[in-house]
Amino acid sequence: MISQTFKEAVSAVWSMVVGLKVTGRNFLQPQITVHYPRQVVTNLDTYRGHIELVAKDEDPFKAKCILCGQCENNCPSGCITIESVTRETPAPPAPEPAPGEEAKPAPKPKKVKELTQFMLDYNLCSLCGLCVQHCPVDSLRFSTDVYLAGFSRGEFEFELLEMLQKRGKK
Amino acid sequence: MSHCEANALTGDTYTRRFDTGPAGDTLIVNMGPQHPSTHGVLRVIVELDGEYILRAEPVLGYVHRMHEKMGEVKSFTQYLPNMGRVDYLHALAWNWAYVGAVEKLGGVEVPERAQYLRVISTELNRISSHLVWWGAYLLDLGAFTPIMYAFDDREIILDLLQIITGSRLTYCYFRFGGVVADVTPAFVSGLTEFLARFKSRLPMYTDLVTNNVILRKRCEEIGVIDVDMARRYGATGPVLRGSGVAYDTRRAEPYGIYDRFDYEIPTFPEGDAMARYMVRMREMEESVKIIEQALAQMPEGEYLSAKAPKPAWKPGVGEAYFAVEGARGKIGAYVVSDGAKNPYRVKLRAPSYCNLSLFAELAQGVILADAVSIMGSLDLVIPEIDR
Amino acid sequence: MPDMNTLLAGIPAELTRLVLALIGLMAFIGLNGLALVWVERKVAGHVQRRPGPYEVGPFGLIQPIVDAVKLVGKQLATPAGADKFLFWLAPLLSFLPIFLLFIPIPFSENLVGLNTNLGVLLILAFAGLNVLALCLAGWGQNNKWGLLGAGRAVAQSVAYEIPLLLAVLAVSFQTGSLSLAEITAKQGAWPWQWNIVVQPLAFFLYFICAVAETNRAPFDLPEAESELTAGFHTEYSGMGFGLFFLAEYANMIVVCSVATVLFLGGWQGPVEPGWWWFLIKMYALLVVIIWFRWTYPRVRFDQLLNLNWKWLLPLSMVNLLATAFAVKLFA
Ligand code: SF4
Ligand code: SF4
Repeated sequence: MISQTFKEAVSAVWSMVVGLKVTGRNFLQPQITVHYPRQVVTNLDTYRGHIELVAKDEDPFKAKCILCGQCENNCPSGCITIESVTRETPAPPAPEPAPGEEAKPAPKPKKVKELTQFMLDYNLCSLCGLCVQHCPVDSLRFSTDVYLAGFSRGEFEFELLEMLQKRGKK
Repeated sequence: MSHCEANALTGDTYTRRFDTGPAGDTLIVNMGPQHPSTHGVLRVIVELDGEYILRAEPVLGYVHRMHEKMGEVKSFTQYLPNMGRVDYLHALAWNWAYVGAVEKLGGVEVPERAQYLRVISTELNRISSHLVWWGAYLLDLGAFTPIMYAFDDREIILDLLQIITGSRLTYCYFRFGGVVADVTPAFVSGLTEFLARFKSRLPMYTDLVTNNVILRKRCEEIGVIDVDMARRYGATGPVLRGSGVAYDTRRAEPYGIYDRFDYEIPTFPEGDAMARYMVRMREMEESVKIIEQALAQMPEGEYLSAKAPKPAWKPGVGEAYFAVEGARGKIGAYVVSDGAKNPYRVKLRAPSYCNLSLFAELAQGVILADAVSIMGSLDLVIPEIDR
Repeated sequence: MPDMNTLLAGIPAELTRLVLALIGLMAFIGLNGLALVWVERKVAGHVQRRPGPYEVGPFGLIQPIVDAVKLVGKQLATPAGADKFLFWLAPLLSFLPIFLLFIPIPFSENLVGLNTNLGVLLILAFAGLNVLALCLAGWGQNNKWGLLGAGRAVAQSVAYEIPLLLAVLAVSFQTGSLSLAEITAKQGAWPWQWNIVVQPLAFFLYFICAVAETNRAPFDLPEAESELTAGFHTEYSGMGFGLFFLAEYANMIVVCSVATVLFLGGWQGPVEPGWWWFLIKMYALLVVIIWFRWTYPRVRFDQLLNLNWKWLLPLSMVNLLATAFAVKLFA
């Protein structure tokens, strides 16, 4: 009975020594923290930042977007607002009717919708990825921009088209 | 304990009111909503006699975000990101519960590969959730170092999940008919590495904490929940399994492809805080086993069904309930549709809510330090309780 | 201009020595307190695989000073309903007696504030004041957590003082003296000539009790932040908290100094005996206490008392009796 008690006490003390050994071993091992800003983590390429527009292959200043409105309608947080104008491109001059044929009706002027503004209110975005997933022409993607900081909410209302054009200039 | 007998529970715990004030020479103290061991904004009113707790009443609602109501004003697809926010520690299980319910409702097929991806990511997430609990529980018990070691491991899990989901905490990875992204070779190699590393770390956890005599004394025979009590309050998850009931939704109502794996449901019959502790420690090992098997069996194929519903999809009239096993217990999503584009009603069953309700009875008659230990051993995530 | 010697001649030499010692000790406590904060944070950092403070100054050495400046700069808020007098008396009361504790400690052969033959008694007597300070702090601040912390502090200190005393007495029996200088002198330069070899149990008991007396983890119950938010110093801000903090570290230095003198041969060392040996041994013990804190969970209050009354007290009694018996038999 008494020896049992003492055996338990010794094993209890021993368990404490084992604990000290674990922390002691860790004390001697190298540190694992990353000392920002002298070092940065290496996994930023898989980070999903705010969304951004993808430029057309042939024109780095124009977005691929076809203004289908899918992203705007499906965003759970309602943080996308798209503005567009409809421009009429002047009709090509009607070809001269060949002699003997009736003159064709002049081709109608083409109506082209053009993206003028793509507002993202990043304050509300939950980074769910629904807009990126459902864009029919892959005009949206996630940026890997982690270094976002600002003093007011207004700084996180992004105009994605402008950002795209800035990127295009670079 | 005489305190226990003197204040034997009569009726519902929540009807005993605290506005009556302290009885005689006692002290009424607010534990929370800004108390270090309530992890978030849970408030517990306790009446103390010395250090003994005469009665305790949890007060909820400090982080109520109306997740259920939000389901009624968002379309089925739009409700997806909410699921990552209900329980931020095991977000993927919530993802699965809701997605599973809607898939059941609309009869959506899930491709094989997506099933495996779901299992792998959810189990990884379960490990990370248990690691946070482990660290936080030891913080409650006054040990500062374990949480740092736990976060060391968890960091790798977050990096891995970031590769596939793009987020580190509030994942929105599941879609109706699959998942949103496939795994990359970097993920697979990283995962294999992690599993090997994690298995070698577990003995260290045992040495540092599990076998430590102070921890054992703080957990053993503390907050004993017997089977009857666990059933009465509807406890699930490690809390129930710590009382010796081998109930695990993965086994009891197999969903997804969980019936294909060989794993144990760890149970400990003691019902005390230590039993719940051991269940979670063992569960991490089992999750590792499941991930290993899933990784080996995973077929090639599409990760999102080609027939996956479009965003404006309506699942038709009906209702469906789907339950999954989260890190804290049985997570249920009940979705009713009247054929419109929004759900008619979404009801979420949060396991922490039921597990917390045990606390008032458990805390009676114990001393304050034990109440902290008990609360930690229940592994509460307050936002999940309030939803 | 009167000669310095003639000026001093009017004052008893002992008094001059005492005043000088107090000034020296103030510097000693201040410097070591800061150094200890740095050591604690560095040890904590490395145990947790992180660097600890490293931004402010080389290796973060300036960090404790900056922290102190921050504490000094903070507003001293008195909570509503608090007993103002007791509330502010408490931090002073916890810090000021510390100086007295250092006076009889021989840092080297001659470096001692007051060489009294009752040094051990003096230290043990004044160490008791600390608990009064914690008690007043808890009572005076009109905070329920503080009150609980104070209650714990009193019970804990009262309980652990007894085995501590008995462990120290065993050494006194063995050396036949209560003078710290004499106890040091009776030990040799080499580790096998130290008292710890003769009195390992007493050292073990003393060390556990010392950790408990200084309210360090795993016995940090009076402040147990996950249970009592911050225990007895819940309401203290700025330097009020700072003084408690400093007193805790100073107390740690005291108990480790006493352990060095009683069990580890004091300032004696294999080569070049002197105060540096004293400091080395003292810091080794301090690091062990810090190491404890970053390894263990906290014990529960009743367990703490059970450990004391059921284990430490009987063991120290047995140890004392055995020592007395051996002294009678062999001396
Ligand atoms: S990621 Fe989600 S919340 Fe953010 S803009 Fe896209 S759809 Fe909206
Ligand atoms: S979904 Fe794509 S194409 Fe449609 S509006 Fe949005 S960005 Fe443009």
